[in-house]
Amino acid sequence: MNSVVTAKNLSLTFETNDGPVHALSDVDLDVGEGEFVSFIGPSGCGKTTFLRVIADLEQPTGGAISVNGMTPAEARRKRAYGYVFQASALLPWRTVEKNVALPLEIVGMPKDEARERISRTLEMVELAGFEKKFPWQLSGGMQQRVSIARALAFDAQLLLMDEPFGALDEIVRDHLNEQLLKLWNRTNMTICFVTHSIPEAVYLSTKIVVMSPRPGRVIDIIDSPLPRERPLDIRETPEFLSVAHRVREGLRAGHSYEE
Amino acid sequence: MFARLNEGKTFPVLLILTLLMVIWYGAAIKLNTPWQLDIYQRGDITEWTTTQFISDTLNQDRPVLPSAHQVFTEMWNTIVGKSITSKRSLVFHAWITLSATLLGFAIGTGLGILIAVGIIHNRAMDRSLMPWIVASQTIPILAVAPMIIVVLNAIGLSGLLPKALISTYLSFFPIVVGMVKGFRSPEQIQLDLMHTYSAGPMQTFFKLRWPSSVPYLFTSMKVAIAIALVGAIVGELPTGAVAGLGARLLSGSYYGQTVQIWSALFTAAALAAVLVMLVGLAEKLVIKRMGMAT
Repeated sequence: MNSVVTAKNLSLTFETNDGPVHALSDVDLDVGEGEFVSFIGPSGCGKTTFLRVIADLEQPTGGAISVNGMTPAEARRKRAYGYVFQASALLPWRTVEKNVALPLEIVGMPKDEARERISRTLEMVELAGFEKKFPWQLSGGMQQRVSIARALAFDAQLLLMDEPFGALDEIVRDHLNEQLLKLWNRTNMTICFVTHSIPEAVYLSTKIVVMSPRPGRVIDIIDSPLPRERPLDIRETPEFLSVAHRVREGLRAGHSYEE
Repeated sequence: MFARLNEGKTFPVLLILTLLMVIWYGAAIKLNTPWQLDIYQRGDITEWTTTQFISDTLNQDRPVLPSAHQVFTEMWNTIVGKSITSKRSLVFHAWITLSATLLGFAIGTGLGILIAVGIIHNRAMDRSLMPWIVASQTIPILAVAPMIIVVLNAIGLSGLLPKALISTYLSFFPIVVGMVKGFRSPEQIQLDLMHTYSAGPMQTFFKLRWPSSVPYLFTSMKVAIAIALVGAIVGELPTGAVAGLGARLLSGSYYGQTVQIWSALFTAAALAAVLVMLVGLAEKLVIKRMGMAT
């Protein structure tokens, strides 16, 4: 299995007025091609920071990281990944299709090719027919699906998702989790997914990275025994519950329940 | 029916209007009384009824405070009653002032946007320019206006442009302040998004910052166009201009024509209201066209 993301002794320290904050401390991690990796932990454990380092939105202060064998900055310039933020970050003056077109406009893709890409990615997130709608005309879940379509528009093989469903209610979240799994199965992309929900992490992932704060570090890496095909009710099986239990134990070991 | 009036806007508006009129007429009678008594004394009129006295105080030729009907009659006569090419037509004078206002406002808006673009893209400009811009607005425009006119005259500029430049001087300020805020209004995740696309500064500006700033632009333009009008009027005062609303104010005060002063003032106020409304209308249309209806 080829490595998509490799981190070695990765550290990142923010200098603040209250002294240094160790957001990441000696993180070693390998994300293989086609994996669905979840990062779970309480706030301040560095899960989002790690994702932002992969995306070249933060600069590490120590160690090494490579994305598709390149530095994060090179990977960014090569458009090697799509990034989905906590909020949809759609531009309110652009329709759904124009929002998805934004990254394609920036790279200067010819109109015809772009149009084909847009309709294909909107179909992937089951939003065909909503092309001409403005963001405010859509529900929160649909807005987040548009932002996923936008992240898919580059056809990158790596999708970075930072708590993409954190602001949505559980019913919508379940539905989107199911859709996301289907999408992953169909495209065989590599997905890095930040969450603070144990069921979400266990349900989605082939690999779960449990993290703990102060300093942000990896506590446990769990390779999921669950099959690739996952109906929603897999969440009641003993295998699922035992993985969830191990995640919870890891979080407890990281003292993340003390606050 | 009374309840319906109370619910809508009509009743409060009428109430305020009535109150204003009561105050206005009360003040007019009070302020014009000494002069009226003077007139009676000189004309050897010793007996008068209250009704006659009130009617006389409200219809003096050069009252201290003209009454509402005098002002509106004068406005009617000089706006509707005169050919617009006549020197006595308020439409003619208003147009002179309006043309300077619009030119100054257009230059001020363009200049304001350019300065704001510079400020957000250049740290040095951000640090060094803003204090000067704020300082420029603390100087009383009435003191600077004559100098601007004189200096520009000395380099051969006269007519519309110097007046317009005084409008510019006042109107670029709210545009700069508003647009700096507008260009900085995109959220951090929107900027991060552009960064993940490796978008250049130009792309980030035109695809994100510029559209985000549109609501801010219109808000500042509403302020700017009103003070551009003030600037144009002020620009007419020190030059002894023969045309324009400022010139009407000036000649009115030379000859004690208070009715003329007040009707010029009301015309200026009405003009400002219409201009602000037009900007508001343009704002609605643009925001709707951009799809940001709420």
